[in-house]
Parts: sequence; C-alpha cells; structure tokens
Amino acid sequence: MYKTPDGKEIFVLDGHVHFWDASPENQANVHGKQFIDCFYAYHTNLSPEEQLWEKAKFEKYSEEDIYRDLFVDGPDDMAIIQTTVLRDFYKEGFGCLERSHEMAKRHPERFIVNGSFDPRDGEKALEYIHWMKETFDIKGVKMYTAEWNGGSKGWALNDPAAYKCFELCDKLGIRNIHVHKGPTIIPLSKDAFSVDDVDYAATDFQNLNWIVEHCGLPRLDDFCWIATQETNVYAGLAVAMPFIHSRPRYFGEVMAELLWWVGEDKILFGSDYAIWTPQWLVEKFWNYQIPEDISAERSGVQLTDAIKEKILGLNAAKLYDVDVEAMKTQLAGAPVQIAAE
Amino acid sequence: MFLATLKAECELEVWDCLSAVSDPELDEPITDMDFVQSVEVSEDLFVRVEFRLPTYWCSPNFAFLMAFGIRSEVMALPWVRGMTVHLQDHCLGDEVNDGVNSGRPFHEIFAESCGGAVLNEVVETFMAKAFDRRQEALLLALRAEGRSDAAITAMTLAALKRVRFTGPEELRQLPRYLELLAVKGLAPGGDAPAFPTWDGQRIAPDGLQAHMGRLRSTRINMEFNGALCRGLGATRYKEVAIGPEGPTLVDFIAGRVPPREATDAGR
Repeated sequence: MYKTPDGKEIFVLDGHVHFWDASPENQANVHGKQFIDCFYAYHTNLSPEEQLWEKAKFEKYSEEDIYRDLFVDGPDDMAIIQTTVLRDFYKEGFGCLERSHEMAKRHPERFIVNGSFDPRDGEKALEYIHWMKETFDIKGVKMYTAEWNGGSKGWALNDPAAYKCFELCDKLGIRNIHVHKGPTIIPLSKDAFSVDDVDYAATDFQNLNWIVEHCGLPRLDDFCWIATQETNVYAGLAVAMPFIHSRPRYFGEVMAELLWWVGEDKILFGSDYAIWTPQWLVEKFWNYQIPEDISAERSGVQLTDAIKEKILGLNAAKLYDVDVEAMKTQLAGAPVQIAAE
Repeated sequence: MFLATLKAECELEVWDCLSAVSDPELDEPITDMDFVQSVEVSEDLFVRVEFRLPTYWCSPNFAFLMAFGIRSEVMALPWVRGMTVHLQDHCLGDEVNDGVNSGRPFHEIFAESCGGAVLNEVVETFMAKAFDRRQEALLLALRAEGRSDAAITAMTLAALKRVRFTGPEELRQLPRYLELLAVKGLAPGGDAPAFPTWDGQRIAPDGLQAHMGRLRSTRINMEFNGALCRGLGATRYKEVAIGPEGPTLVDFIAGRVPPREATDAGR
C-alpha cells in the first residue's frame, strides 16, 4: 500500500520481481558469473546511491529480505514472481518455480508465482506445463526467448513448437504470457532487432494476454506499433522505471510514447526486484509529471493520479483476477509481519 | 628517439581514424564511448587494437560490425603493413577475434556467426536509424530558430549548408548528416531538398509533424541504449570519477577504489 502525501491509499501490484540464487556456489560457469555481474551493473548504474547493495547480498538474498523490501519497507501489496531458469548458467537454476513457491507459501496472499517453459524441449515442455498447472496452479508464465539451450542461442514466440505450448496454455487457462523484450544482454541476433514475434503470437492467441516486459526497449517504436494493433498486448515497465531517477526527462519521453500509443489501461508497473527496490521507484513515480514540452508533443498526455493508480496495480489486478477491494480488506486484516530480531 | 616519436605519431593517427567507427546501435564514435582500450604500433608498422564493450553480453552483431569497422579504417592508413583486432571480455570474443583476423570476407563470417543475419541488411537498418537521429537534431534546431514547417521542408541542400548553427548537438550532427546524404545519394546537387526521408521521399509541409514523431521514436530507442551502455561500461570497468572528498562507502561497494599501489604507480 502506497500512502500518498494527501493520505490516499494506493494498491500496488508489482508486476515483475525475482527471487534468485546467483551465488558463486550456484554458478555453473563463467556465463553465470557474467550474467549476475551484468544485473549488478544495472543495479549500481541506475539506483540512487543510498539504495546500493553489497555484491554478496545481491547475488543471493533471503526470504526475509524479499518480504521486507517489498511489503514492509516497500509499498507493494502483492508481487508477481517471474521465473527465469537459465539452466545452462546455474546449477540449480537462477530463479526457479519450486524455490520461489517454497518462499511464497509463507505469505500466499502476497505472491503470484509465475512459471516458465522452454518450447525447444518439445513434448517435455508440454508435460511440464501440465505439471506446473496441476502442482502450482500457475496463472502466467515468463518467456525468455533469449535463453540458451544446448546449441540453440534463442527462439521466437511464433516457432511452431512454441505455438503448441501456447495452445496448451490457452486450454489450461494460463492466460498471462510475460515476454522479455528488453536490452540485449544475451547474444542473440533475433532478439537484438525484433519484437515482431509478439505481433504474430498476439494475433494468433487472442485469449492470451501478452505482457511485453521492459516495453520492448530499445525497440519502443516497434513495440508501440504492435501494441496499437493488438488489443491483448501490454507494456511492462521493469527497467524503464529507474530512469525516473537517473534521466527523468527521458523517462517522461518513454511514458508519453506509451500513454499515446499503448494507453493507460495497458501499462504495468514492475520494480524488477532485486535489481531495484519498489520503495523509491513508487515514491518517485507518484510525484512525477511528464515535462510540459514533452507532453505537448503527444497531445498533452499526462500521468494523472488516476492513471498512476491503474499503472501501479489496477491494470495488473485485472489480468490476474485480483479483486482489489477484497484484497485490501484481507491485507488490512493481516498486516505485514515484522520479524523480531 | 626518432622511432619513439614516429610510433607515437602513428598511434595518434590510428586513434584519429578510429573515431570514424561508430557503435551501430548508438551512432556514437567508439572512441567517444571509451570502447577502444589500447592502440599499439610495432616498429615494423603492424597495428594492434584492443577494444571492449559495456557488457559481456553485448550483441555479437554489433561486436562484429565494430571489429570489422576498426579493421577497415586502420588498413586504409597508407603506412599500415598489417593489423589485428582484439575484442576483450566478451562471450563470443574468440569467434569475433578469429573472424576479423582471419582475412576471410566479412559477410561470410557474419552470416556464420550471427544466426544467418545478412550483413547488408543489418548495416542498412542501422544507417537508417543514424540518419533519422542526425536529421532530427537539425530539424529541431531549425524549428527552434522559428522557421516554419513549409520553409524547412522546402530548404535545399545548398541553403542548409549556409545555415549558421550554434548549438553543440547540431554542429556535431551537420557534417555527419551530410555524409549520410552523400553516401546514400539522397540529395544530388545543391538544389535538391535537404530533408528527404531515408527512402528518398519528399516531406510535405503538413507531414513534418508526423515525420518528426517518427524520428523522436528512433531517438528514444537509441538514447535508451546509449544511457545503458555508457553507464554499464563505466560500472563494469570502474571508471566512475571519485569525488574531491575521496572515496565514499558507495565507491567501496561498487569496487571503484583502486589498490593504493596502482594509484601511486600511475602518477
């Protein structure tokens, strides 16, 4: 719950958080080390100084850390944990469904844990989707099209094997497909240039919601164009958010484009925890206005309080069938637990 | 002594020519981005260039384009007898280095190593983006001077060359813009419109606003990359300036404080 300066309570559903183990003990090879080093560079590069973590904590943080940073010190009411396995880089995986689920079951009202699969596994991927649904009743998945798998350095959403998986998701009611389309941190030519595969998949699977994480940056224009054509494509703000601190005008330009093209009902807040923590992001976001000259270029679009409230939680709540009023009541009856130390 | 002077001059000349190589995604010279790590010229006039990128994961397409760009610029210097390019700390560093130093044609190596991407298409894509960005800088400056959309869209190449720009960005981008116009043959002669689209179309006065909306999108994408790359590069290689008060806790956490011996040796 974020409390505005004038006392209004804003429901915050953080659409993109991780619970990872990237400790040296879990790194399978140099790629695992370089991967978390790159995340850490994002963290040190785009966070306010007073928010910096030590490397060892960043590599592996505890169940207490995530709960405190999101819900006690942070304003989140609920958070969606995205699974990112990276099994070629980490012995037990980077951010795994089972481990996240173990953590989340202590506070089931707070977490939505999404699964993940790799269509290149063929039949096994289909079995795995069944298993995730039956075991954890997942409502969504995170797709990492740039993930390595043996000799393959990536895949596309409109590969035939992927379509079989999405058909199954549709049938089982796994409706929210989060797709990483962001900065190129994995060497993959396909990913470096294109968000086109979202266009195909979103057209062919109208029942599924396609949440494009990192709003396709650095291909924002292509993404906006696709999102305008498709009613079931959403923009996730993870990674775009911290620019609010380091380059606020630039953040305004991104938001103006998204509001103009994609619209206020289809933008989702995400902190990308633990790269960044939601406390400072939400506070700065609530106090942010798009600079006048930038807004004027896009017919005066602006981040009003009502629009911010949608972005911070109401839009994601719709996608995940969260009854916001009921949830507010439930959470008010079970306030955050602060561990005695 | 003569040899040392000659060597230093040759190395300077190499540094100068490397500013003609741009990061394709950012359209910024690799020397401005601090990607070039070292240049060495041997007594028998062989050149060795080392470069590095902001992350271990930077797209190999771009790494290849920059490596071959470095090679072709350096080899164009008349005195150079041979050269090698070395990309450091990159997930496909060996492939890039083997490729660029093998003497085989670039397009072959590129297609093999970059998932079948076609070199010309990739180059064309990035030239189009660079063109948009350079053109936008000039259009924004002309608008800021109070020129009408009709006057701007009617402006000829000769008239553009006579404009006295004052802002640093437009001064920087004008020669870069003219260069791309020439490379692509988009403004043949001084009477040709100075601001065609990359496809060679004229822009109507009432179409300028929409055209500039498109250019802005291109810039937003490129700036995202630029901001990330500069920041990540600085963080990765720990070159963030430490304030006059000396290192703070933040510098220690980020590992920016060099060992004392190294600092002293550098003085």
